[in-house]
Amino acid sequence: MPRKHIKAILKLMPYLKNKMLIDKSLTELASGLINKEFSSEEIVKECFDKIEKINSKLNAFTTVLDKDEVIKKAREKDNKRTENNNSLYGLPFIIKDSYNTRGFPTTVASNVLKNYISPYDATVYSRILNAGAILIAKTNMDAWGHGASSENNDYGPVRNPWDTSRVAGGSSGGNAAAISSRMTTFGIGEDTGGSIRNPSSWCNITGLKVTYGRTSRYGCVPYVSSFDTMGPMAKSAEDCALILQTMAGQDPLDATSSPKAVPDYSKNLQNRISGLVLGMPKECYAKGLDPEIKSSIEKAAEQFQQLGVKIKEISIPLLDYGVAVYYLIGTSETSSNLARYDAVRYGQDRSNFTKETIRRIMLGTYALSAGYYDAYYRKAQKGRTLFIKEYNKALSECDAILMPVEPMVATKIGELINDPIQNMLADIYTCQTPTGLPSLALPCGFNQSGMPIGMQLIGKMFTEEKLLNIGHQYQQMTDWHKRKPPLIEK
Amino acid sequence: MASWNSLEVLKLLIISSMKNQKAITKDQVKHLAKLANLKLTDKELEKLLPQFTSVVDFVSKVQSLNTKNIPETSQVTGLENIFREDLIDKNRMFTQDEALSNAKKTYKGYFEVDAIFEE
Repeated sequence: MPRKHIKAILKLMPYLKNKMLIDKSLTELASGLINKEFSSEEIVKECFDKIEKINSKLNAFTTVLDKDEVIKKAREKDNKRTENNNSLYGLPFIIKDSYNTRGFPTTVASNVLKNYISPYDATVYSRILNAGAILIAKTNMDAWGHGASSENNDYGPVRNPWDTSRVAGGSSGGNAAAISSRMTTFGIGEDTGGSIRNPSSWCNITGLKVTYGRTSRYGCVPYVSSFDTMGPMAKSAEDCALILQTMAGQDPLDATSSPKAVPDYSKNLQNRISGLVLGMPKECYAKGLDPEIKSSIEKAAEQFQQLGVKIKEISIPLLDYGVAVYYLIGTSETSSNLARYDAVRYGQDRSNFTKETIRRIMLGTYALSAGYYDAYYRKAQKGRTLFIKEYNKALSECDAILMPVEPMVATKIGELINDPIQNMLADIYTCQTPTGLPSLALPCGFNQSGMPIGMQLIGKMFTEEKLLNIGHQYQQMTDWHKRKPPLIEK
Repeated sequence: MASWNSLEVLKLLIISSMKNQKAITKDQVKHLAKLANLKLTDKELEKLLPQFTSVVDFVSKVQSLNTKNIPETSQVTGLENIFREDLIDKNRMFTQDEALSNAKKTYKGYFEVDAIFEE
């Protein structure tokens, strides 16, 4: 055999050797389990193997469940498996530590809830459990969802698996780091101003921010009650479709959850997307965007054109106002939501809030207080109306908006947490959450230093099906989402 | 790559477009902390003041939005008056022990709270 062929094979060896069960899509895992090609126990053991080897470098979790207990549960699932099980049956998952999970700690990564053991289950969590999935860990985050880097917490920053001197993003950072480095088959996150999409793009995974009301908020510690959405995080759009199927739907325990029927999210994934129009807002590609991110998304736009999609330049003139509107309403609601933490029925006293959380409570209190209410809170609620109009107009010209997720790749540890304004600005492209619109974030390349780059597709209300279809078609012609951080190949 | 920081660029662009706001005083911040039930030391207040001022300056950008005749939006569901029957669901009830399980101080099956009246 020629020497260069041997070299090429040797180069591929680590990849072949490290081929894992967790690399498979959730559909492949589900069918492999039914056909007894492998067991839940094996998948769970693979997760724990990665957790034991890598997590000390990433700090992705606030709580890891007892390994023996989890393996026992996996064996039970293996024994009870039938052909009619939900696709998530027997699959290990992780959940952001903002969800109440009966019998386990729920800390939102804050010492205020240190030692708090949930006495009940969040609706989304119980739906995933009822489908037969197996919880293995609860994930580290920005405390109370307050941040874009998973540094604002009492558990230490979550580190990025692609470069551990950088952050994983936030606030659902633990989820993204763990999924990217194959410590789980999927995760359940939460997005208020970018908290699913930001870490997804910085860690090279796929995350869906659903339409407000598509999933139940019951039992998830609130950040901004009128923006908060519960959504899936996974390796691909196809996986997200499968997870959302189980998560979505009206919940009598959440009066804001939508009575709209839940469509079959996987049914139309294979549909051709030729003829669709993607709008690219010119304001997003002008000042302030990292040129490498810009060129990656432009390349993605070209690939969409190859699929027959029309690309159209659109405009969102108010883009620059987004952070201020989001932040004023957000801090107002969070100052009210966090007022309940008085340590009487549970939790520790209010001296345990972090500095970033104190700043947010203070700003919200300011915006809501007599004399300032009109100039700040009421003004922002009017700005919210303008944003809804502006996005509706933009979406009347296209099927979905193609935008960056972040103006830059993952920042170095310490950069965002030490500068409150930068921390806010990291949300510039993801803070359209006051509109309630859904958005799918997915990988679209890497910069020269090997850091992942993401893009997002924003759609009309309740068009998750279409966003997942577009995302899946893109992922059929690209392999960015399949790439794994070098850290786990070692 | 290290010299390129898009957030710095954005920050400069946005802050330079803002007009100066009336300065916030330490007493104001102290009053806010009291309203929010946060006990901050003098040193903490002093550190917080410039950060708080810069954040307020930043969000003051909304004041330049033209919102004449624009109504407020407080929620996007379009749902109103969502009612349910006023029935007890025993499956969702905590036992007294469960309800008290996370409390630091309890007294004969009740939560114990600090007295608010002086003797």
